[in-house]
Amino acid sequence: MTGTLTLLRLALRRDRVLLPAWIVVIVGVVVASASAIAELYPQAGQRIALGVTIGAAPALQALTGPVFDASSVGGLTAWRGVAMTSVLAALMSLLTVIRHTRAEEETGRAELVGACAVGRHALAASAVLLAAAANLLIALLITVGLAGQGLPPAGALAFGLAVGGTGWVFTGVALLAAQLTEHARTARAIAAAALGLAFLLRALGDAAKVEMLAWLSPLGWAQRMRAFAGERWWVVALFAVAGAVLVAAAALVARRRDLGSGLVPARPGVTEAAPSLRSPMALAWRLQRGVLLGWSVGFAVVGLLFGALARSVGDIVGDNPQLAAILAAMGGAGALTDTFLAAELGLLGLVAGAYAVQATLRLQGEEAALRAEPVLATAVARRRWILSHLVMALGGSAMVLAAGGLAAGIAHGLRIGDPFGQGGRMLGAALVQVPATWTLAGIAMLLFGLLPRLTVLAWVALLAFALLGQLGELLQLADWVRDLSPFAHVPRALGQPLDLGPLLWLGAVTAALLLAGMTAFQRRDVQGG
Amino acid sequence: MANTPAVLISGLTKHYGTVRALDGLDLTVRTGEVHGFLGPNGSGKTTTLRILLGLLRAGSGHAELLGGDPWRDAVELHRRLAYVPGDVVLWPSLSGGEAIDLLGRLRGGLDPRRKAALLERFDLDPGRKGRAYSKGNRQKVALIAALASDVELLLLDEPTSGLDPLMEAVFREVIGEERARGRTVLLSSHVLSEVEALCDQVTIIRDGRAVQTGTLAELRHLTRITISAELERAPDGLAGLAGVHDLIAEGPRVRCQVDGEHLQAVLRVLTDAGVRTLTCQPATLEELFLRHYQVAA
Ligand SMILES: Nc1ncnc2c1ncn2[C@@H]1O[C@H](COP(=O)(O)OP(=O)(O)OP(=O)(O)O)[C@@H](O)[C@H]1O
Ligand SMILES: [Mg+2]
Repeated sequence: MTGTLTLLRLALRRDRVLLPAWIVVIVGVVVASASAIAELYPQAGQRIALGVTIGAAPALQALTGPVFDASSVGGLTAWRGVAMTSVLAALMSLLTVIRHTRAEEETGRAELVGACAVGRHALAASAVLLAAAANLLIALLITVGLAGQGLPPAGALAFGLAVGGTGWVFTGVALLAAQLTEHARTARAIAAAALGLAFLLRALGDAAKVEMLAWLSPLGWAQRMRAFAGERWWVVALFAVAGAVLVAAAALVARRRDLGSGLVPARPGVTEAAPSLRSPMALAWRLQRGVLLGWSVGFAVVGLLFGALARSVGDIVGDNPQLAAILAAMGGAGALTDTFLAAELGLLGLVAGAYAVQATLRLQGEEAALRAEPVLATAVARRRWILSHLVMALGGSAMVLAAGGLAAGIAHGLRIGDPFGQGGRMLGAALVQVPATWTLAGIAMLLFGLLPRLTVLAWVALLAFALLGQLGELLQLADWVRDLSPFAHVPRALGQPLDLGPLLWLGAVTAALLLAGMTAFQRRDVQGG
Repeated sequence: MANTPAVLISGLTKHYGTVRALDGLDLTVRTGEVHGFLGPNGSGKTTTLRILLGLLRAGSGHAELLGGDPWRDAVELHRRLAYVPGDVVLWPSLSGGEAIDLLGRLRGGLDPRRKAALLERFDLDPGRKGRAYSKGNRQKVALIAALASDVELLLLDEPTSGLDPLMEAVFREVIGEERARGRTVLLSSHVLSEVEALCDQVTIIRDGRAVQTGTLAELRHLTRITISAELERAPDGLAGLAGVHDLIAEGPRVRCQVDGEHLQAVLRVLTDAGVRTLTCQPATLEELFLRHYQVAA
């Protein structure tokens, strides 16, 4: 472990902007939500009314988790805030850990460092310390921020620990993932898939009211700490132990492998290229097909699960006379199922936005890794090279959405005896999300062309759109602010005739962004070593 | 056609932000010659090659490649040339053989028999994947991909970095054959023996400017000559003579370097002081380069 502290200082220096930005966003969202809720819903009666509406929409619960206490400002803040910010803390932790471990090994910088008087596990230890410190700081700041607004300190502390604790567990998840593969990209994919699975288990558990499922997920623990609603303090131990076990497991795996290698040795390849590998498009397909397949399978699984659940959503509510009244006003059980399915598709659209961003930014990855240079030094025009990866980004995001929609429709259709009809209907509804996802590809492309060093802003945009979608209504943000997100313009596709207008102009905006980005790239220098 | 030079650069500048990478570079590579491109680290060699490839936009000045504009006609020109980058990075998921085939096809096709022969001569296993290659083997992948195509011009950026001496010898052989077939080569290198063995013409670049260009024989002619002499008495006014450098005089014993064109004047002073022994040594190529590389020179 010699050298851990020196490496920690180096990591802090490298992350001096990024990490504080994460912390500010996470803490800021929590504190701003609490103060907005206190201001917008000052009477307990208003808050309870809001809670009942939420209770009537299990679709919403799938996304945000159950409301344990709608009567207090703290309870409402926790309902909305814990689910969202614990996902953010998990993301922050897994990106930070992989950035400072596997990514360092992949670039060979770890070798440079490892040759110095530095212990074998110092790099991993420094990354874990960094992530742990960031999560602790988040817990502390949330506690202080919420208590500072006059909310009960115990609830504030539980809220902070729930968010920081989730981050700690995913610190361990990421460290383990970083030991398994040679490439940071794959390690990130594994850790992100684990986060997706955690979200899925929690969402299914909450939507179907199966507590057991939710308890399988760290995101479920975060909510079940019941901040501001009779705190369960022992959950803190669950976080601590789970994170520690994962870190220990990672250490065990690390002992069995060499620096730079994964657990599974790379397999030899073929000696000659297939005849089809002869165009930039074929190369882009080759580079991105694995990722696309993974995403498609993931979307199909999510679609199947939620589709299978959709009908039960109507049943659960049907038992409650008070809710049944609200339900009838909303258009009956069928409408409720549609609301649920539409909410699920909205979520898938947002996640498909992440696919579009990462597939577009492959361009930047290839350029920064100096792999664009040899291709562009052959008879491949810059436009063709760009288009090859854009086809993967645009076609791919449509494909994953189609997989999710089709699977949801078929699963739902099988339960109500109409698999083909529902499959087609949901496929169409899923594809309605496509133009909004493409807009994100457009933003990423524009950044790549104009500001290749700042492509991370595409992720910031996605995060901002997600927060606007999640919080905009509750916080009663001005319409124009909420309208900044392309997802705010996606028309309702289920249960009413489709409004094509927004789709067309979203498509036009996207085309303009793509074109501008492509033109900018054709005029700029290709970055060198 | 034979009269248009393969590369014609004059007064070329390039800035990276405030860093001036090229500062009025002149470079001419005639068709059919192997042209050595030398210079200290950071002097602008890679920048020049990347401008020729249309990867970078030139600042002011003129750059012409195979009679075309490297920026505007990039795609057409790239069919007629092959490039070996200074840092070879391969795709982790593609084998070396696949990378060679892919790059060759993207350029417009490669000769499978030549490829097979080169694989054999460079002793490369094409079945490994990206990271499984050592540095030298990655370099070989890029070299074979470039050499297996039938192109007019080869742009090579430190192509032998990482190759073992045996493979370096193979590289020299292959480039010799390419020259015999009339291909033009622009070779950036830090290996002087390689440049000496392969190049017809040499350009030395420093701080983004060509400081010396010509055949090796011409360059040698311009070099300094080291003189050491034992005289009967201390010479008169040697230090003040034009063209005398690094003078060390201990009474009648003298050691100095003299520019070729001032040799006669210096010898006259020495003979006036009565020569006992005298050795004259032309500078080695290495001394020549070192002199140009040193910033103070
Ligand atoms: N992307 C960049 N941004 C800023 N400066 C750069 C960039 N690329 C090169 N430079 C600077 O331009 C100058 C020329 O660099 P170049 O890579 O052309 O040198 P070189 O002659 O190839 O050196 P070497 O022998 O080390 O390969 C150097 O001062 C370098 O620092
Ligand atoms: Mg260079």
